[in-house]
Amino acid sequence: MRHLLSAADLDRTTAIEVLDAAAQMAATQAREIKKLPTLRGRTVVNLFFEDSTRTRISFETAAKRLSADVINFAAKGSSVSKGESLKDTAQTLQAMGADAVVIRHPASGAPHRLAHSGWVGTSVVNAGDGTHQHPTQALLDAYTIRRHLTGTTANPDGVGNDLAGLRVAIVGDVLHSRVARSNVQLLHTLGAEVTLVSPPTLVPVGAEAWPCSISYHLDAVLADQQPDAIMMLRVQRERMGGDRTGATGFFPSPLEYTRSFGLDSRRLRMLPDHAIVLHPGPMNRGLEISAEAADSPRAVILEQVANGVAVRMAVLYLLLAQERETLA
Amino acid sequence: MTTYLLRGARPLGGAPTDILLGEGRVLALGAAAAEDDRAASAEVVEAAGLVALPGLVDLHTHLREPGREDAETVASGTRAAALGGFTAVHAMANTSPVADTAGVVEQVWRLGRDAGWVDVHPVGAVSVGLAGTHLAELGAMAHSAARVRVFSDDGHCVDDPVLMRRALEYVKAFDGVVAQHAQEPRLTQGAQMHEGVVSAEVGLAGWPAVAEEAIIARDVLLAEHVGSRLHVCHLSTAGSVEIIRWAKARGIPVTAEVTPHHLLLTDELARTYDPLYKVNPPLRTDADVEAVRAGLADGTIDIVATDHAPHTREDKDCEWAAAAFGMTGLETALAIVTSVMVAEGRMDWADVARVLSSAPARIGRIDQGEQAHGRPLEVGEPANLTLVDPEARWTVDPAGLASASANTPYGGRELVGQVRATFLRGRPTVLDGRAVEPVRDGEVLP
Repeated sequence: MRHLLSAADLDRTTAIEVLDAAAQMAATQAREIKKLPTLRGRTVVNLFFEDSTRTRISFETAAKRLSADVINFAAKGSSVSKGESLKDTAQTLQAMGADAVVIRHPASGAPHRLAHSGWVGTSVVNAGDGTHQHPTQALLDAYTIRRHLTGTTANPDGVGNDLAGLRVAIVGDVLHSRVARSNVQLLHTLGAEVTLVSPPTLVPVGAEAWPCSISYHLDAVLADQQPDAIMMLRVQRERMGGDRTGATGFFPSPLEYTRSFGLDSRRLRMLPDHAIVLHPGPMNRGLEISAEAADSPRAVILEQVANGVAVRMAVLYLLLAQERETLA
Repeated sequence: MTTYLLRGARPLGGAPTDILLGEGRVLALGAAAAEDDRAASAEVVEAAGLVALPGLVDLHTHLREPGREDAETVASGTRAAALGGFTAVHAMANTSPVADTAGVVEQVWRLGRDAGWVDVHPVGAVSVGLAGTHLAELGAMAHSAARVRVFSDDGHCVDDPVLMRRALEYVKAFDGVVAQHAQEPRLTQGAQMHEGVVSAEVGLAGWPAVAEEAIIARDVLLAEHVGSRLHVCHLSTAGSVEIIRWAKARGIPVTAEVTPHHLLLTDELARTYDPLYKVNPPLRTDADVEAVRAGLADGTIDIVATDHAPHTREDKDCEWAAAAFGMTGLETALAIVTSVMVAEGRMDWADVARVLSSAPARIGRIDQGEQAHGRPLEVGEPANLTLVDPEARWTVDPAGLASASANTPYGGRELVGQVRATFLRGRPTVLDGRAVEPVRDGEVLP
């Protein structure tokens, strides 16, 4: 692996390899001394063109636990508005000795451009680009699902397993969601059956070609499919109707959205006993997810955050250190 | 003035013949050419195997001057045009300042005349500043030295139906035509590429086909209602072809153009995120490409126009959403038409002369008089002519093109058909595939 740009870059074998490496990383995180020497002397740059404290801290923690030097570069705005171009920013960071660039950018494809336009020679990790991809989010979701739903006493992390036969429902704003796109691809690659549940206005034209099914009815999906995992997507306030900016909303009101697509206590009870609830965060409590659901024992939302560090450690390790060292 | 004897050229791909050019006209054809007294002193151009076409006419060129001389100038763009086989281009109005007054169109026209590569016919803006609210002074532009007949807000759609109606009506007074950039603005806010399977996957905001088709449907009905000529710029979808076909069957006076890139490239290229493939209207699907090829072959689509849109390196060497829309096309247009239409047996050379010369000249109303273009290759006609090697295969090298900008999407692609010579009123602007600098001596060029 040279770059991680899209969940589509991962075949089944590679995806399982990353998840297994993440399990090893997670095991080291239970030790008293959490830090590994693996990336000592290497430099990882977090190049964030969008605010995302959570993802940035997760990558930063992952890199530091591997003993890498970390540079955080928060570029407010981007060349879309004004100021330095992406090319110049990236070349500047490379000149400072970056070995890997972790990039979050509002423009779909910006990480792809960084990796393939000949601007820089570093490894590139996509930490979320526009409405395109967020592959480490999909990996941490898959890791969390695998651990909970395929783990055994002998193999609590489900090492070596895929997600064959598991049913996953992804609910919410698919149109604007890089999390949904990444998860559809990765979960499908790992053998899960994915159903997207969304109001029709928030399903992209062309999604019919995706390897998943699409429903407009959450209650029917819960009743008929009995999903093993349900992932609630964040709904952006600006997608709603009735603002005075002249933008046309994607649904009539927050109330109507919650009525049809919110995970409330009634819908929580419709899930099978073993089912887990995921959310990439940050949550809009009371909109796409009720407090009961968010705080229920089924919710694995905080565990997703912890697993995010392990998965990102695994990705950085596989990109930067695999050929040079074996994992201690 | 030098006379030229083109030996063994094949007019419109027909039987080899000699063509004598001089005094700005076609002096003689066939046996009469060689026997003509004036042939003795003529410079001979060996044209065996080359197809002779009337000089090409582009109805849709962005020369960027005034305002963006870093991307292209009238001189650099028209030199590229001559190398592409053109003898006349229509320069779009979205310059800075906008070509919405007699002063600006006359400036562009004069810059073209001074450069001497091709005849530059400025397109006038429909609305002041391309803002889509007030009619620009269409009459002043029509009656200026530039004699504007084509009006367009290209780059922007004239989306207000009342303004469109008024423009269509108003230009009847001077036999003008409104060339519409069909793009419903509300359906395409922030749009980056064709809306479909590829956009859903790569996460770029979609530009739906219906946003083009809805405007074309409205405009053909408006044109019918007020009895005016309408021209549709760069149509790109199968649905648009169907609407034009329906309108023509109804007798509505509409003409339509397709670009070379919409005849060849598809939205699959957006997967590279390389903004060289970012263009407006966007590259569409395989089915759309097939529909526009069929529409061009059966005459539903009247012409091929380049939409040559040069952009600086920094406007393309960036992330997709930050990049400018557009690609260059003057130097590759004929080769693409040859490759996808002639080599595939869907059109012959007479068809090429129609879609790249006579029809665009007629739509632009530059097909009459001393300075006419798109005329048949006959004795007495203005000597605007292009010689094409129909079999030559060449690989596009962006650095080797003459445009001041290198944003061609065809780099590394092999094409069939190469321009060998271009004559503007009997004077060569291209010989042996190379540009021939116009000699001035302070005189106005013919």
